[in-house]
Amino acid sequence: MAKIKGAIVIDIERCKGCEVCIVSCPTGVIRLEKKVNGKGYHFAYPALPDNCTGCANCAVVCPDGVITVYRKKVEE
Amino acid sequence: MLVSPENLVYTKTPLMTDKPLSYCPGCGHGTVHRMIMEVVDEMGIQADTIGIAPVGCSVLAYEFMNIDMQQAAHGRAPALATGIKRCWPDKYVFTYQGDGDLAAIGTAETIHACNRGENIAIFFVNNGIYGMTGGQMAPTTLPGMRSSTTPYGRDVALMGNPLKITELVAMLPGTFYVSRHSVHTPLNVRKFKRAARMAFENQKLNKGVSFIEIVSNCNSGWKMSPVDANKWMEDNMFPFYPLGDIKVNGEMVSKPTKAE
Repeated sequence: MAKIKGAIVIDIERCKGCEVCIVSCPTGVIRLEKKVNGKGYHFAYPALPDNCTGCANCAVVCPDGVITVYRKKVEE
Repeated sequence: MLVSPENLVYTKTPLMTDKPLSYCPGCGHGTVHRMIMEVVDEMGIQADTIGIAPVGCSVLAYEFMNIDMQQAAHGRAPALATGIKRCWPDKYVFTYQGDGDLAAIGTAETIHACNRGENIAIFFVNNGIYGMTGGQMAPTTLPGMRSSTTPYGRDVALMGNPLKITELVAMLPGTFYVSRHSVHTPLNVRKFKRAARMAFENQKLNKGVSFIEIVSNCNSGWKMSPVDANKWMEDNMFPFYPLGDIKVNGEMVSKPTKAE
């Protein structure tokens, strides 16, 4: 069966760590990093990238538009 | 390879500049900016769109939106938009205003521009306080809501009632499309984008003002984390400012839908 695989790329230097993407992700992929970026914000990162379906919810709701989403159909 | 250009689903539109946004973490302004720019991008009207920036947090909108923009005196954006639209009737003109700008100092300009039926779009971001100057009470502050000038909550007997300016302008004959949205969840963002598209499409019809209110958070002013502020907004703002269409194609729709 074909499966949809997704991936997100987060621009960590522009991320402000507001966590809005974390509560919007239906599969709980995103978490907040303990480290901080150049501005001193904890930034979001894909902690469970295998669960990502590429639904783009996080990217749509991100106020700063730092998330880029990719999606591909893969044959099992 | 998953991360490659042919698998791209979503990225920041090139109509937003690469300048980092000046807004606080979790502020709805960034999302509203991006959705308006996505609509402009999809319609292919970048060269024909003129935006009017307000006074307030979003005063620097012209730094972030990669289109022609003008910045108006406090509250006077609809008057400026009127002038631009009348000089260039074939351009797409929109104003972007906050609640202190549109509903307080600019009430006269807003109401008269809506009453004259100027063929413009107005985006009104309502967060219930004056966010930029430190969270003072605004006309849209809810009864009992705490702000820096109402530390014990807004007392209606002393300070008057909050102003539902969106319902007010929906009563005027010059408005063609009036709607209220939010941008705190992906579903609401997508709904807002459809409404923004309608606001720009309506300008081709020459029928009057398209007015879209966006109920947004101000987590710094409300002294909450962004996620808590969104929750507080759902619990307190939406019962008073219910989301949904109020006027479509010049006809009042029966009842605004309930908050979701």
